[in-house]
Amino acid sequence: MSNQGKMDCGRRRLIVATAAVGGVGAVGALVPFVSSLLPSERAKAAGAPVEADIGKLPAGQMMTVEWRGKPVWIINRTKEMLDTLPKLDDKVADPKSEKPQQPAYAQNEHRSIKAEYMVVVGICTHLGCSPSSKFKAGADEGMPADWLGGFLCPCHGSTFDLAGRVFKAKPAPTNLEVPPHFYLSDTRILIGEDKKGA
Amino acid sequence: MAAGNFEKYKSDGSVGGNVLEWVDARFPATSMWKGHLSEYYAPKNFNFWYFFGSLALLVLVIQIVTGIFLVMHYKPDASVNAYGVPVAFASVEYIMRDVPGGWIIRYMHSTGASAFFIVVYLHMFRGLLYGSYRKPRELTWLFGVGIFLVLMGEAFFGYLLPWGQMSFWGAQVIVNLFSAIPVIGPDLSIIIRGDYVVGDATLNRFFSFHVIAFPLILLGLVAAHLLALHETGSNNPDGIDIKEKKDENGIPLDGIPFHPYYTVKDIVGVVVFLMVFSAVLFFAPEGGGYFLETPNFYPADPLKTPPHIAPVWYFTPFYSILRAMVWNFFGLDAKFWGVVAMGASVVIFAFLPWLDRSPVRSIRYRGPIYKTMLTIFVICFLILGYLGTLSPFPLGEVVSQICTVFYFGFFLGMPWWSRMDKFKPVPDRVTMK
Repeated sequence: MSNQGKMDCGRRRLIVATAAVGGVGAVGALVPFVSSLLPSERAKAAGAPVEADIGKLPAGQMMTVEWRGKPVWIINRTKEMLDTLPKLDDKVADPKSEKPQQPAYAQNEHRSIKAEYMVVVGICTHLGCSPSSKFKAGADEGMPADWLGGFLCPCHGSTFDLAGRVFKAKPAPTNLEVPPHFYLSDTRILIGEDKKGA
Repeated sequence: MAAGNFEKYKSDGSVGGNVLEWVDARFPATSMWKGHLSEYYAPKNFNFWYFFGSLALLVLVIQIVTGIFLVMHYKPDASVNAYGVPVAFASVEYIMRDVPGGWIIRYMHSTGASAFFIVVYLHMFRGLLYGSYRKPRELTWLFGVGIFLVLMGEAFFGYLLPWGQMSFWGAQVIVNLFSAIPVIGPDLSIIIRGDYVVGDATLNRFFSFHVIAFPLILLGLVAAHLLALHETGSNNPDGIDIKEKKDENGIPLDGIPFHPYYTVKDIVGVVVFLMVFSAVLFFAPEGGGYFLETPNFYPADPLKTPPHIAPVWYFTPFYSILRAMVWNFFGLDAKFWGVVAMGASVVIFAFLPWLDRSPVRSIRYRGPIYKTMLTIFVICFLILGYLGTLSPFPLGEVVSQICTVFYFGFFLGMPWWSRMDKFKPVPDRVTMK
């Protein structure tokens, strides 16, 4: 500017006010773009509970059902498998399931409603891979010799016991998540909903 | 040296001359040509390591051209077709089998991605050798770090598109990295995915980022990288400033015009590069399972993680650093610290211009400390990269933890060890070795 010291303050204020109003408009214009990144109504609606029939699941085996695009495992644990759990209490990070990774009705020693049937989301709490089952005790499946059976996440090496409890000093921060579920009958489970009125 | 005050073109009376004069009066055609090419004076002692900048530009062009043609046939759709195969996966197979010439365009693009990182890593290593990031070229370096970050994003988005097993689970892991950030993490990862799980919404937005948003940012950063470089002038293997010794016309005594001298030199680099590139393309397009990983030939299955998952080779050093963090600090999970360490291991390159306190730029005039530290750094980088391709195992975890310490030690200790070295006297003029 050539006329130094003779700044028109009224004009300057108008410029600042115009820029401020324009800025507010620009921020407002961001709203539809940012909100378009959120899950759509269709994605929000796709969370219906699923039913699983465990009548044909042999002891010592597991089955997988899809719930909200994620694998949910149902494991029919044998007595020997259940017996491994108390032995691991000092090796797992959260032996008493104190972190809220399960509904209250599964916050027990075996992390399930019925002791033998484990229902758990098969997604590692570290970065979301699906762990592989390593049910055989010992080194047969490439695990350490003192392995008692459980799960190994192939991505970052987190290990879980047969109740989905994470071992200490592993990348996964918490136990595997137990989804809300309840028994429709002795052999049918509804995954994704708590028992109404219970 | 950059596009400065060049005289406007005067026609010699020919038709071509008249056209150029008309254009030049309205557009800085000759001044850009001179400022960036025919009168951009680059040091005359560039060596082998100076091929990789122009090669990176070549690979960028290959990726853009092949990408344009792939988009003509590719469909970003995770829904399942009549044969039970996801549409996106099937469209890539369609390109590979049914589109005439499609297979080689696709292999050019997938091999190009790995070639891009090979070239860029060597280009960055050149910077470490000769102190190219030092004052006054800090901004050139920072734009370069920006290019590297955008390139990583571009590669990551692109890897989801074939919608194979490795695409899906790789994206699952990386998106979940963001959920480790305290407070905002879980919501942030939902915004990235556009759903509660990696799905069709994720595939579509990654496609948009991969073909539009990130290439635009990349081109802008490449332009800024070159403009900043041409403002300060290029560094050279001696790490000395050629602008300090000029002739009577103000031209650096040790400078030669980029065109024709380095354009011709770079053509040699291009020819050798294309020989290697074509050999990979025709004889090992999957790069031995490193460029295209085997599980990616299976369609994405959200219920089953492949028994061995690893990122593509160019991410593995950083991935190993992520895996190396297994301790909880300050009440925050190891998961969060893994993410922090991985992010820091990339971003820390940006601080190099201010961490390095040595009085000389080039390794030629530095002493044994720098040579040792750089060697250890490169070895650690390679070990981390190798371990990142393997399944986790106890010894590997310890080794990667040691290498992670050396990796960060190289940067964080630099303000001290870079000063302690024994330096050799720097020559006045560049040397030809």
